[in-house]
Amino acid sequence: MSDFLNISGLHARIDADGAPKEILRGVDLIIAPGEVHAIMGPNGSGKSTLSYVLAGREDYEVTSGSVSFKGQDLLAMEPEERAAAGVFLAFQAPIELPGVNNANFLRTAVNAVRRARGDAELDAVAFLKTVRAATKKLSMSDEMLKRNVNVGFSGGEKKRNEVLQMTMLQPSLAILDETDSGLDVDALRIVADGVNALRSPTFSALVITHHQRLLDYLNPDRVHVMARGRIVHSGGAELAKEIDVQGYASFLAEAA
Amino acid sequence: MPAVTETREQVEKLGQSSYKWGFETDIEMDFAPKGLNEDTIRLISSRKEEPQWLLDWRLAAFAAWQTMEEPTWAKVSHPPIDYQDAYYYAAPKKKAGPKSLDEVDPELLRTYEKLGIPLHEQALLAGVEVPEGEEARMPIAVDAVFDSVSVATTFRKTLAEAGVIFCPISEAVRDYPDLVRQYLGSVVPVGDNFFAALNSAVFTDGSFVYVPKGVRCPMELSTYFRINARNTGQFERTLIIVEDKASVSYLEGCTAPMRDENQLHAAVVELVAMEDASIKYSTVQNWYPGDENGLGGIYNFVTKRGACRGARSKISWTQVETGSAITWKYPSCILQGEGAVGEFYSVAVTNNRQQADTGTKMIHIGRNTRSTIIAKTISAGHSDSTYRGLVRILPKASGARNFTQCDSLLIGDQCGAHTVPYIENRNMAARVEHEATTSKISEDQMFYCRQRGLSEEDAVGLIVNGFCKDVLKELPMEFAVEAQKLLQISLEGSVG
Ligand SMILES: Nc1ncnc2c1ncn2[C@@H]1O[C@H](COP(=O)(O)OP(=O)(O)O)[C@@H](O)[C@H]1O
Ligand SMILES: [Mg+2]
Repeated sequence: MSDFLNISGLHARIDADGAPKEILRGVDLIIAPGEVHAIMGPNGSGKSTLSYVLAGREDYEVTSGSVSFKGQDLLAMEPEERAAAGVFLAFQAPIELPGVNNANFLRTAVNAVRRARGDAELDAVAFLKTVRAATKKLSMSDEMLKRNVNVGFSGGEKKRNEVLQMTMLQPSLAILDETDSGLDVDALRIVADGVNALRSPTFSALVITHHQRLLDYLNPDRVHVMARGRIVHSGGAELAKEIDVQGYASFLAEAA
Repeated sequence: MPAVTETREQVEKLGQSSYKWGFETDIEMDFAPKGLNEDTIRLISSRKEEPQWLLDWRLAAFAAWQTMEEPTWAKVSHPPIDYQDAYYYAAPKKKAGPKSLDEVDPELLRTYEKLGIPLHEQALLAGVEVPEGEEARMPIAVDAVFDSVSVATTFRKTLAEAGVIFCPISEAVRDYPDLVRQYLGSVVPVGDNFFAALNSAVFTDGSFVYVPKGVRCPMELSTYFRINARNTGQFERTLIIVEDKASVSYLEGCTAPMRDENQLHAAVVELVAMEDASIKYSTVQNWYPGDENGLGGIYNFVTKRGACRGARSKISWTQVETGSAITWKYPSCILQGEGAVGEFYSVAVTNNRQQADTGTKMIHIGRNTRSTIIAKTISAGHSDSTYRGLVRILPKASGARNFTQCDSLLIGDQCGAHTVPYIENRNMAARVEHEATTSKISEDQMFYCRQRGLSEEDAVGLIVNGFCKDVLKELPMEFAVEAQKLLQISLEGSVG
């Protein structure tokens, strides 16, 4: 059986003021369809970089390794092609788009991926119906749709907006980069519900988090520890609990 | 990354061929000999069978022009223009006197059809079958100017019934000489500036609008300018007079074939608004901008000015400037009547090697006059764009108010945007506010949009349209949609 997501020996670097800086130093990770994996690890270990490289951000240069996604060479695809193929990244710091109406942005995005996936575009009425249902499920107010994308949103609103986009775009691989950071318990619950609502045999998630709490709701199939650009340890859901108590120290020693 | 380079190349190719109006119409033309002198002017005047007063007026303008020099204060540069190396009159041959649409050369009708300009009244009338998938359009009266002459004006009968005159200015000279003589040059005098003097000497056609007292013009009026002939300047003249309590909304559009040489377009537009009158003047300027290396394109040196003569009169300029190699243009309002209102809403887009120096002048003369200026400047490629605006408040303009907002958006790091606001306030009881911002489309924003499935073009389009929406919403509905598409096309190839 071909793997759903197979990351193998992935090395990536960035040009930091003229000097190449290696950030990912041989990441190996396999995710099967329908699975939820968590990545934990200290700040600066390369978690966000991994998510950017998977989503196709151009300032990172992949120097070796490969990523196959549903049998395709993910690294050869443009960011929008990856989105169409089902990759969704909930940004650790969502970007503001001044002047761009949130609902209009969402509809343009939904129709762009629908077109690319060979589905009919949603007209204004159908879109509104779908988005209203989604905001209701996420306990979000429709007022957020009228504002400009992420402009003036509170931290929590930004994260919820990411979850709304995820819900609407129906990805097959959702990467959530610390979407739970800085959220209160209720908001956390909404994020977890958003992911759980998508769960199916054809949906997988890669959840980057520092907190056991989100994982309580998600009950991940695998938990990985990332340090210095590598996955240094993997285990079941119980590993997150262990980290919650002990911290990362023992795994860092392993990686050194 | 090769994949990225490849896309960029593809996108750049798109950029090169994205001017979809660049075709040429093969039609027999009648030219005046090359060059500019009194004989040229006499010839133009006689071709148009003009009265003596107008010939004298032209010759006076020419005499003034000969003493003037091309202005150099704008932030644009171009090789010297040889005014003797151009044609000043070019008209499609088969032209007869007044004519119905049936008499218009079918080749011309096809040209306008290709440009998306409806010249068939029947197809436009409300209730007549609309092709499937197309929305029924509001009828719009169109005056089509092809090189030096107006080739067709639609809906004249309907308008005449309402008392509105809408015709080529050359016809107005013949049919309404008193009106033309009274107002021509009354807002932009013949010697106002170098290009206005040139226009006054050699103008060939343009539109004339007269809306009598108390009449709200029953439909949108629009003039569509097309430069077709080679080495030919276009010098059109538009005169719009709106009497007390009357109103009109007028739109002009323009395109030209793709040519390697630069062509000169020096128009003059004069608006007169009497008491409680209102004029909404919208422009979608899409002259050929030249290629990506700056070869060819139109030099667009235009003088537009409106006089709010009556109390509570209002003149509103909205412009979407995407074309031309060089744009030099400052639609202005003279706010004379008490409580008169002037507005200027502008989007100026430059890409590749385009240069634009555009803005407005708001001259507050009367008490309690108000003006609003919203200028959005978008620069991409190696282009350069300047907002240049003057707000002048004269001593008697107590209670005058101005609000100015200038925003610049940069795409890439090879382009420039500049804001030059002049404020001259000679009345302590007036209020002038100015706000300015400069922003850039960031890589973060592009990546965020693309991660959500948007192509680079769609992403830029969305961000740019968001940036311009305060201006676009001032355009008549149908044109707002066109303008949005145009913005996106103009910026194709600007990212990658
Ligand atoms: N654009 C960049 N320029 C220079 N260094 C960077 C850049 N992006 C990330 N890094 C560095 O790469 C390392 C990993 O960063 P990141 O992937 O954000 O880690 P994490 O998400 O695990 O906290 C950090 O040391 C960070 O400073
Ligand atoms: Mg991070």
